[in-house]
Amino acid sequence: MDPTALNSGDTAWMLMSTALVMLMTVPGVALYYGGLVKKENVLNTLFMSLIAFAITSVIWVIYAYQLAFGTDVGGLIGNGANLFFNGITSATLAPLAPTIPITIYAAFELVFAAITVALISGAVVGRMKFKAWLVFVPLWITIVYVPISHWVWGGGWLAKLGALDFAGGTVVHLDCGIAALVLCIYLGSRKDVRLLPHNLGYSVIGAALLWFGWFGFNAGSALAANGLASSAFLATNTATAAGMISWMIIDIIKTGKPTVLGAITGAVCGLVAITPACGFVTVTGALIIGFATSFFSYYAMTWLKPRFGYDDSLDVFAVHGISGLWGALATGLFAAPFINSLGVGLFYGNPMQMVWQLIDIGTVVVWSGGWTLVLAFVLDKTIGLRVEPEEEREGLDISLHEESGYRI
Amino acid sequence: MGGIIVKEITAIIRPDKLEEVKNALAEIQCKGVTVTEVKGRGRQLGVTESYRGRDYKVDLLPKTRLEIIVNNKDADDVIDTILKTAQTGDIGDGKIFISPVDDVVRIRTGERGEKAV
Repeated sequence: MDPTALNSGDTAWMLMSTALVMLMTVPGVALYYGGLVKKENVLNTLFMSLIAFAITSVIWVIYAYQLAFGTDVGGLIGNGANLFFNGITSATLAPLAPTIPITIYAAFELVFAAITVALISGAVVGRMKFKAWLVFVPLWITIVYVPISHWVWGGGWLAKLGALDFAGGTVVHLDCGIAALVLCIYLGSRKDVRLLPHNLGYSVIGAALLWFGWFGFNAGSALAANGLASSAFLATNTATAAGMISWMIIDIIKTGKPTVLGAITGAVCGLVAITPACGFVTVTGALIIGFATSFFSYYAMTWLKPRFGYDDSLDVFAVHGISGLWGALATGLFAAPFINSLGVGLFYGNPMQMVWQLIDIGTVVVWSGGWTLVLAFVLDKTIGLRVEPEEEREGLDISLHEESGYRI
Repeated sequence: MGGIIVKEITAIIRPDKLEEVKNALAEIQCKGVTVTEVKGRGRQLGVTESYRGRDYKVDLLPKTRLEIIVNNKDADDVIDTILKTAQTGDIGDGKIFISPVDDVVRIRTGERGEKAV
C-alpha cells in the first residue's frame, strides 16, 4: 500500500473518530459537568462547553489550524499558510498523515482543541462571567493550545526531542488541568463551595459519552485504521475500567460505601491517564496505569485541595492535571517498542525517555500556567472575570442568561 | 355555631407512602385531601451524603404533607388509617398534627359547617 496515497479505510475511520471526539464535548463534558453543579447554574455550565466548541470551530479553520499544524518554522510554530483553508482542495492530503485528506485531519485536531478548553470550564463554574469566558476561549486556544500542540504533534521541538504523547496527556489534559488550577485560584472561591450534584444521572450519561467518544480520541490518534489503533483501543478500555474499579475500592476503604460519582470519576481518571500512553503500552501497562491513577487523583482531591484551599469547582486539576501528569510519566516508563517502534520506555531499557517526558511536562506546566495567569489578569482588568455577588447568589442561569433549567 | 365540630388533620409522611395512604383513606370514605410536596427535618437533622470523599449533611429531606378536613367523629378513623399505612418503624416516618377548625365553607354552594366537609 502506498503510504502517501489516500486510503479509504483510514479516511473512514478518521471521519468516524472525529465525530466521536465531538460527542465528548457536546454533550459529554457539558452533561458530565452540568449534572454536578447546583440547579441554578446548570444552563450556564452546559453553555460554557457548547460555546467553547463553537468558538474553537470557527477560529480553527480561519487561522489556528494553520499555526498549529502548518509547515514547521524553527520548531516553534506552523507557518500559517492557507488561512481560511484557501488553496486547500478536497484532494489535498495531510502532510503529517498522508493517507487521509487534510480537511479531516484538521477537523480531528479541531475537536481536540475544543474539548481541551471546554474542560477548563469545570474549575470555574458558578462564578466566572460568561463574557469573560467568550474572550478567554479564543485567546487561550491561540496563545496556549496552538503552540503546545505544534511542539508535540505538529513537528515542533518537543516532538523532535522525542517526547511521547500519543493522544494528549500533556497537550490536552495536563494543559487544561494547569490552566484550570490557575484560573480558579485567580477567580477565588465561590460563596458555596459544596459539591452537591443536582442531577448525578446527567453526569453518568456525560461520563459514558466521554468513555465512548474516547475511542475516537485515542484509537483515532493512530491517524489510521490499523493494528496500532486497535491496540490503543483495547488499552484505553482496560485502563478506564481499572480506574473505575480502583476508585470504588478507595471509596469502600475510606467511607465504607461505593459511590456512583466516585466510579465515574475513576473512569475519567483512567481515560485521562491512558491517553498519552495508549499507543505505546501493553495491556498490562494499561492495567497498572489505570489502577494507579485513581489513587493520585483521589489524593489531589481530598488532601491537596482542602490543604491549599483553592476552589476547583469540579476537580479539573485533580482529574485532568494529576492523571494527565501520571499518564505522561507512565508513558516514559511503560512504552514498549513491540507495540510502537517510536516509543521505548524506561522498563524497556531507555531511561532517557523519562527525561524527555519531564521536559514535556515542565514545558506544558510553565507555558499553560504562565499564559493562563496573564490572560486572567488582563481579562480581570478589562472586562472583569467574576460575576457580581448577587448574580452568584441568584444563580448564573437567571442572572446571566435569563433562563432557568427547570420549570418545577 | 355550638362548639367545634370539624378537625384538620395534617400529616407529614414519606413521599413514597402517599399512594398507599391515599388509597387507604379512600377505602374508609375519606375522599378529600390536599397534598403538598415539602422539605423538612426531624430530630436527626437529615442524612449525610458523600461526594468525592467529602461528607455533606443534607438537613432538609423531601416529605409529603396531607391536609384533611374531617368531622370530629371521623377523626380517629382517619388518624388510625394514616398511622397504619404510613408507618415503617424507621426514622423519618413523619408526624400527624390535629387541630380544631372554626368553620368550613363550600365555595360552590355556600354551605357551612358539617355539611360543607
